[in-house]
Amino acid sequence: MTNNAARRINATALWGIVLLIFALVPVFTTSAYKINVASHILVWGLFAVSFNMLWGITGMLSFGQALYYGLGAYSVGLMVEHMGSGWFLPAIALGLVMAIALSFLLGLLVIRVGGVYFTMLTLAFAQLAWQITFKWYDFTGGDDGIQGIIPPGILENRAAYYYFVLVLVFLSIWMLKRMAYSPFGMILRCVQQNPDRVRFLGRRVRRNQLRVYVVSSFFAALAGGLMAGVDSSIHTDMFFWTTSGEAILMSVLGGINQFFGPFIGAAVFILIEDSIGARTEFWPLIIGSIMLIMVILFPKGIVGEVLRLKARFGKNDARR
Amino acid sequence: MVPILEIQSLNKSFGGLHVTANVSFSVMPGELSAIIGPNGAGKTTLFNQITGHLRSDSGRIRFNNQDILGISPQKIVALGVGRAFQIASIFPDETVLDNVRIACLSKRGETGKYLRAVDAFTEATDDARAILESLGLSDQTQRLAFELAHGDQKLLDIGIALALRPNLLLLDEPTAGMSPEERLHTKELILKLWKEFNLALIFIEHDMDMVFGIAQTVRVLQQGALLAEGNPEQIRANKEVITAYLGEDF
Repeated sequence: MTNNAARRINATALWGIVLLIFALVPVFTTSAYKINVASHILVWGLFAVSFNMLWGITGMLSFGQALYYGLGAYSVGLMVEHMGSGWFLPAIALGLVMAIALSFLLGLLVIRVGGVYFTMLTLAFAQLAWQITFKWYDFTGGDDGIQGIIPPGILENRAAYYYFVLVLVFLSIWMLKRMAYSPFGMILRCVQQNPDRVRFLGRRVRRNQLRVYVVSSFFAALAGGLMAGVDSSIHTDMFFWTTSGEAILMSVLGGINQFFGPFIGAAVFILIEDSIGARTEFWPLIIGSIMLIMVILFPKGIVGEVLRLKARFGKNDARR
Repeated sequence: MVPILEIQSLNKSFGGLHVTANVSFSVMPGELSAIIGPNGAGKTTLFNQITGHLRSDSGRIRFNNQDILGISPQKIVALGVGRAFQIASIFPDETVLDNVRIACLSKRGETGKYLRAVDAFTEATDDARAILESLGLSDQTQRLAFELAHGDQKLLDIGIALALRPNLLLLDEPTAGMSPEERLHTKELILKLWKEFNLALIFIEHDMDMVFGIAQTVRVLQQGALLAEGNPEQIRANKEVITAYLGEDF
């Protein structure tokens, strides 16, 4: 019990430190660019963590979470463009509602197939949405996207919007964390490990898969909606398969078996993109090489490997 | 007394192969019984039909006076039929405690709770610990299930089934793959659990020491059909059973 209490204090302290670091970014720098990078880490972190609820926890590799990310972003972009910036916050809410509705309906279909078929079907639907957005120039702006999406009121201020993002992302991740370690999250992990036994606990496998698909899509849409304000623009790439793919890469990089793996992966990914991208346009080559090394030598990802080292050298059990 | 399980004229074929052929028998509440028979006699198939994993071609299965033929496995579990598998069916990457605890949570209908930590469910946790205590796994609660010895994994499987508080428990070869020492231990443990949890228990076994040592009733299956049914003495003396399965020198 004291061990548990100590672990809880450690966890709280870690949350506090990370929150503090992010909270101090606008204090130490007035550079809009650096605040933008920090925002990207937060938003992509949320997107990757929500994606990993599907993959790492439940074992459902979706290659189409960009569908909901794009939906959240375009909900904000289109409403602000056509109805005015006062609709920014209602647009985020609308994007979330649409994500719930769409993921529920699509989910009924896509979870009926397992494994690689699920992956391909999710990819197909996301690409379909990308095509529609791309071709429907009059409404969506096609591949020009939409620029000048300015949040209303006080949120127009960069730092204020940054804190808005910070609070929402932390609240969301905190909720997802609670979920991952609740009885519901435990059922999800069991679904991945032994679905037949889950049925024999008297639980429905597909119903729980549908639930987590909706949850994951909801937070993907929130990430997309927030991103529209971070970059003040949206573009069709947000629906493209590379966006889904980046969430997968970030998760692998950080470690899919640890709750915070994808968040750390997102941070490292973006920092590499930022620092190397400033020097060479070939930065994807570097990311590719790093991914190759990670997958071959450190398949547990950054967080997974750190915990393994900690378990080996420390006497404390670092399993959870 | 009303039987807890009533099977009437049950049939199942795979292609031309009659794996369950017109099987009928009744199990009384609190009965400890064994099903024996050569490999391929249809023992596991019969379990699969009772638990709803396999659709039966014809016949009737009643549990607690209710028809359960054609009902989903989830609902049959909820009605009170528990099962452990021939190859331990556990959650390998979860701790031993969590394997049983998730079943306790499921039994209590608490798996729909999204935002409360598993540790906060103290009643389910205490329940799980008590079951692990009965199984003799108390000193391994924090290990991951895949790290357990083979025999202990099979016990854990039984623990998951027990956590659902069944009225009828089906064990498919509980001692398969165990050393003689582990078998002896498992035999005594099953007898103990049967008394402690106050349930009807049917086990499939090839270990005749265990079958004739603890079962009150023994049923013999051969090529899908019920060859004989009776107490251990009757079965031991049954000519047909001796030629078909036990062998002359038994």
